[in-house]
Amino acid sequence: MTINLAIVIPFLMAILIPILYRRFTKLHIGWLVLAVPVIIFIMLVRLIPFVAEGHTYSHTYNWIPSLDINFTTYLDGLSMIFGLLITGVGSLVILYSIFYLSAKESLQHFYCYLLLFMGAMLGVVFSDNLMVLYAFWELTSVSSFLLIAFWHHRKASRAGAQKAMLITVTGGVSMLVGFIMLHMMTGSYSVHEIIRNVSQFTDHQLFVPAMILILFGAFTKSAQFPFHIWLPDAMEAPTPVSAYLHSATMVKAGIYLVARLTPIFGGDAIWFWLVTVAGLVTLFWGSFNAVKQTDLKALLAFSTVSQLGLIMSLFGMGSVAFKLGYSDSTIIYTQATFAALFHLVNHSTFKGALFMMVGIVDHELGTRDVRRLGGLMSLMPLTFTVAVIGSLSMAGMPPFNGFLSKEMFFAAAIHMRDLDIFSISSIGILFPVVAWVASIFTFVYCMIIIFKTFFGKPYEKSEGKPIHEAPIGMLVSPIILCVFVVGIFIFPNVLGQYILKPAMASIYPGFAPAEVLTPKIHAWHGINMELLMTIGVVIVGVMLYRKLKTWKPVYRLFPYRFSFNELFRHLLEGLESGSNKVTTSYMTGSLRKYVLYIYLFFIVAVGGYFLFSGGFAYSSANDAPVEIYELMLIIVMLLAGISMLFVKSRLTATLLNGVIGFGVSIFFVIFRAPDLALTQLIVESVTTVLFLLCFSFLPEWKREDSPKSVKISNAVIAGAVGALVVVMSFAVMYYDEFDSISSYFENAYELAGGANIVNTILGDFRGFDTMLEVVVLFIAGLGVYTLIKLKARKEDTDNEN
Amino acid sequence: MKINDVILRTVTKIVVFIILTLSVYLFFSGHYSPGGGFIGGLVLASAIVLMYLTSDIETVHKGMPFDFKLVAALGVLIATGTGFASVIFGKDFMTQAAMKLNLPIFGETELASVVLFEAGVAMTVIGVVVTIILSISEDE
Repeated sequence: MTINLAIVIPFLMAILIPILYRRFTKLHIGWLVLAVPVIIFIMLVRLIPFVAEGHTYSHTYNWIPSLDINFTTYLDGLSMIFGLLITGVGSLVILYSIFYLSAKESLQHFYCYLLLFMGAMLGVVFSDNLMVLYAFWELTSVSSFLLIAFWHHRKASRAGAQKAMLITVTGGVSMLVGFIMLHMMTGSYSVHEIIRNVSQFTDHQLFVPAMILILFGAFTKSAQFPFHIWLPDAMEAPTPVSAYLHSATMVKAGIYLVARLTPIFGGDAIWFWLVTVAGLVTLFWGSFNAVKQTDLKALLAFSTVSQLGLIMSLFGMGSVAFKLGYSDSTIIYTQATFAALFHLVNHSTFKGALFMMVGIVDHELGTRDVRRLGGLMSLMPLTFTVAVIGSLSMAGMPPFNGFLSKEMFFAAAIHMRDLDIFSISSIGILFPVVAWVASIFTFVYCMIIIFKTFFGKPYEKSEGKPIHEAPIGMLVSPIILCVFVVGIFIFPNVLGQYILKPAMASIYPGFAPAEVLTPKIHAWHGINMELLMTIGVVIVGVMLYRKLKTWKPVYRLFPYRFSFNELFRHLLEGLESGSNKVTTSYMTGSLRKYVLYIYLFFIVAVGGYFLFSGGFAYSSANDAPVEIYELMLIIVMLLAGISMLFVKSRLTATLLNGVIGFGVSIFFVIFRAPDLALTQLIVESVTTVLFLLCFSFLPEWKREDSPKSVKISNAVIAGAVGALVVVMSFAVMYYDEFDSISSYFENAYELAGGANIVNTILGDFRGFDTMLEVVVLFIAGLGVYTLIKLKARKEDTDNEN
Repeated sequence: MKINDVILRTVTKIVVFIILTLSVYLFFSGHYSPGGGFIGGLVLASAIVLMYLTSDIETVHKGMPFDFKLVAALGVLIATGTGFASVIFGKDFMTQAAMKLNLPIFGETELASVVLFEAGVAMTVIGVVVTIILSISEDE
């Protein structure tokens, strides 16, 4: 129940914020928002001891049981880590944003989106049902889109938001297909049920396609190579958003999914190779590209890409343990997963601090360009401290938590050499080599952050205002994160025992007891290969940093034309112009054409169906005799219909149309359908008024002067539609392809308590339809209103586009 | 163009009340006989449209100072809200409840939550119809 609340609270607050915003004009609305993650964080912290003992919480609320979609929340070690990160980092980021965003910004939007994201992200990690997980997953994409485009008057913001949305949603949809395939194989959407029964399905023909499609979703979300291109562009978002969504939480959703599904797919060679190689390539490519960045935030973006790759590759390496099965000698490979979880937490702490540091620099100086920055050490001592702690931790230096997880990463990569499954043995040596090379670049860009920003020639501000330290409110959050960075280094096993151990148990269900899987983390483990690698990283890194100018031209070897960004741009432009061509070819703006399309489609689809299904059957045996007044009514309607073709004014045509409508309603009365008759009467009156209103805006009615061939073809189509409707109305009486549904409503009085069966259907049996129809009606009304009232005001285009 | 519509105006003054009464009747009778939220709302909307036709927009607006967009939005909120209400009581989405009461004047009366839902439908219909007609007619 607590977990359900944790998901619901942010959404509730997101609704309330715009309302509360107007009430509390004096107070920065952020303080109210801050309460949400803090409360949820405390709720989760209280559950840590239980989860650490190996308990899990699960609560199911039936949503659409017939489709196997239920709102099942599940709390175990893995979702606990993410839940704590989302709410913990979330609290700090909101605290930071209170001082970062001035009250002049449209704060109610900002916090509304942020809360939406928080709720969606909590939904992703706490949902057991894949369909629910998918819904929340897409919601994180949408809220991320809104947050990146928060400063929507900037062109770059909008472009970045669009790119992020397109890439992550494409991945999301493919993931949805993957989930549906999983359901087709296993008959369940519940992750835990699938894990329990997975051994029966590994040979299924859909197993590999489902895996690849799901991985595609995870890779796009977690910015893995070559889908990483959206992440640097997403840095147009306000810095709190970058720190929160694009380094600590949302981009880790893909990693979460990989971790969550490892028990299902782990042990498969394709899974191992895809995850590990994508991770390693991303690790290298991200760190390599980070070095050439001049914008501090872009640099951090690439470093995030690279660190995500690191975590991803570790999960890949950890998955071999499933292939090998559990034994004392294979336990060593599960340590890669442990390192991944450990680094996941560490990365959130130091990267969050670094982003906030960059935000402070940007906020105080108005620039993030490393070419212009310098000499800030004495001016901003606290910010400098944060930067040093964060960067050195990222570089994997002691005494910070990054050192511990980096060493474990090296260890895991070294162990890969000894494997002889999945044909690893031939290239096993590459794992530690790539890891080592990427770490060197990581070290180099960490040096860039520290030295180019805080040492060297002092930065000169053009306005001449003195540069000073940031307000204390902005410094609180990064300092708290830095305390964690150091604290985790000193007491790593507290984290290991309480947080990481239960997560290991949820990734390796049925393996050894979690105690065995959880190693004791030591800062000092003698002089071994890992330590030597770290020392090597420092030596080579310092050399490379010193000689940065001499080897930087290397980056010019890659022409911009062939970059993934260009590829994406070309693809998008091609798509846009292509779809534009297709659309303009038939959307001519002529209403007559559109009606023609609708009728043609009707003839082809409905007529074709009747033709091929052989559903037409008719016998006159059961027909009631036709009364004389019915015949008269028909003649009146016929006359009205035919004369409509020859009248010369719209008014007359409308009135004649009304005659037909009222004729139909009289038929309803005759056939004892008072509900329908009533509705038809009123609708007829209201639409007549509408017609008349609209006519005053239309030009004079001109005689149609299209060529004869067009007229004839139009007449044929009109005739065909009419004939088809007649055929249909005869056929429905005898159609037996589907079962009759009237039996559902036979006990209407007992079931719905109403004697009027029409209304019990509308309000109860099919109440869901009615509800959605109401919503659609409302949207249509709003559409008409906005189309007419808010016509593109030409003078309001002071935007950049 | 000036039209002499004295007859229409006079008739409207009386007829509107008849239509309004009818719409209320239709709304409440929906559970057992023809009527219901949609029809009731539509009848009420047509009464309002009739008033707009006979007198000008400002006069009607003085009598009914509602923003009909808000009416429609409120209707949607009520219609969806009643669906979620059952969730709060631990039932499935859109479960309707009913109870029988003995009221002083009305005798045995049934109170059903579906009435709220229908009220939402009716409000949406009224709001949307009037909004569409008003926005088209106000367009310059």
